Amino acid sequence: MTVTPVLERDALDTVAARIRAHVVDMCAGPEGGHLGGAFSCADVLAALYFSVLDVDPLRPDDPDRDRFLLSKGHAAVGLYATLAERGFFPVEELAGYGRPGSRLMGHPVRAVPGVELPTGSLGHGLALGCGFALAARYAGRDARTFVLLGDGELQEGSVWEAAIAAASLRLDRLVAVVDRNGLQLTGATDGIAPMEPLAERWRSFGWAVRDVDGHDPDLLAEHLDAAPWEPGKPSVLIARTVKGHGLPFLAGRSASHYVTLSPRNHARAVRALRDGEVAG
Amino acid sequence: MSRATREAYRDTLLPLLRRRPELMCLDSDTGLFGAEWAEAAGEQYLNLGIAEHNLMGVAAGMAACGRIPFVNTMAAFATSRALEPIKIDIAYNRLPVRIMATHGGLAAGHLGPTHQALEDLAVMRVLPGMTVVVPADAAATEAFVEQSLDLPGPLYVRLGRKPTPELPAAPPPVIGTAQTLRQGGDVVLASCGPYPVLACLAAADLLAAQGVEATVLNMHTLRPFDTRTLVAAARPASLVVTLEEHWRGGGLGGAVAEALAESVPRTVLRLGMPDRFVDTVGNQEHLVNHYGLTAERVVRTVRTALDRGRADLITSHS
Repeated sequence: MTVTPVLERDALDTVAARIRAHVVDMCAGPEGGHLGGAFSCADVLAALYFSVLDVDPLRPDDPDRDRFLLSKGHAAVGLYATLAERGFFPVEELAGYGRPGSRLMGHPVRAVPGVELPTGSLGHGLALGCGFALAARYAGRDARTFVLLGDGELQEGSVWEAAIAAASLRLDRLVAVVDRNGLQLTGATDGIAPMEPLAERWRSFGWAVRDVDGHDPDLLAEHLDAAPWEPGKPSVLIARTVKGHGLPFLAGRSASHYVTLSPRNHARAVRALRDGEVAG
Repeated sequence: MSRATREAYRDTLLPLLRRRPELMCLDSDTGLFGAEWAEAAGEQYLNLGIAEHNLMGVAAGMAACGRIPFVNTMAAFATSRALEPIKIDIAYNRLPVRIMATHGGLAAGHLGPTHQALEDLAVMRVLPGMTVVVPADAAATEAFVEQSLDLPGPLYVRLGRKPTPELPAAPPPVIGTAQTLRQGGDVVLASCGPYPVLACLAAADLLAAQGVEATVLNMHTLRPFDTRTLVAAARPASLVVTLEEHWRGGGLGGAVAEALAESVPRTVLRLGMPDRFVDTVGNQEHLVNHYGLTAERVVRTVRTALDRGRADLITSHS
């Protein structure tokens, strides 16, 4: 197995492009996958795994590691692509996604190297992250915990239970990222449950908040690296993203939520990503 | 003598926290612990507020990092409100979280159905890897809490609220092994929890006076279920009666019926809370009597079944 070395920061968008390419291939498999939400957070994942997180694919159980939880577990295809690119398991294994005999289930499972805990039912990750952050504090470790939430996921009450707890426990080694792509399964998130002003909501819960372009991986890495931003406060980065970002025929459409790409659309997607790279 | 199982748990936990630094006591503002206790527990005690999903999630996260959290809430809130994090975050990951659920069964008394838990055992015992115990008194509670330290996976402990009577002295129960409190070859009386076990012991006395010998099993562990002891007791008997503070479906009666149906089929008569929500006011003892979870009911049930059995026997031979 080849372990991909950690790239320099100026290559983060290349990494993100590779993650998206893997996602497109996985979503052309027999089961399809949650393409839109994996695409919207691909730059966040690239920034985290290739610049921010202190993790080592050769020592995935290192007790001093930073921990990441994909609370929006349906973006599993994005996480699998990232973990494979980072060297947690061979990239070739991605071809088995969703197929009998593979360990790559539709939502992250612990059998996959690099996955801390299974997720999928929304509203679980932030409480688990509080547990991680607390355990690190009790053990006297500097490790940080990062939790990636969907914006639709914020409709789950348990997110706010955990938000209250994190602030009251002053868990400043805990960092949440909201993938603010503005869409959920059936339509606009704000049409179903208005969340703005989102930054103010988090701030009123006692969190330090930054609100940034979610498709600039260098910028994302810079902010995430700097956390905690305010001593004694957990941090939340609101990443402004586009669902399906990078695929003109799916970007910004809730139809991108779950996609099984036909051979024709797979070719279209591959072409679009390649052209995007050239254009970029 | 009577003592509340939840208080026995609390008093047992404190010295264990001192002995084992990886233990945590995570509270949801239950009021069980008090300021003095919390101070003595130091940083191993945390009150996470009234948020049961978060409580279970935090516990799972800490357990995944090597801690052994005792989480504290009422049985009603643990097993219905917080069921999903228990299922997904704790049971699925086989994490060593100890779910200490007070106000089990009818123990909430006059507080009513919002605070009573008559479904918790059914819910918990279907979860893969979950150990489910119901201590019948303070001594059993102490034994189970001590034994829990070496249990690798998750544990659900149904506790009470107010003091409940102690069982007659017996060797401390062991998680996973049913206690045979009395032996007799005619019928088996299986139960769990303070009032049902005592009722079955009293019923066995009353039946013996009528010439019917009963084995009394305290089946305090619903998962893993001690089928072996049950089957051995049921083999010579013609009838098995179960009694529990639980709706009749899915709890101890369900577990007994399932186990026997697959090995030594016997008539199993399940006594428990009638198929409705509590609709009267009273303390635990009052409700237990009101809904017929009593020795007299057990005796009546056994007598009726045995008499009918004899009648059937006579009919089939005539």
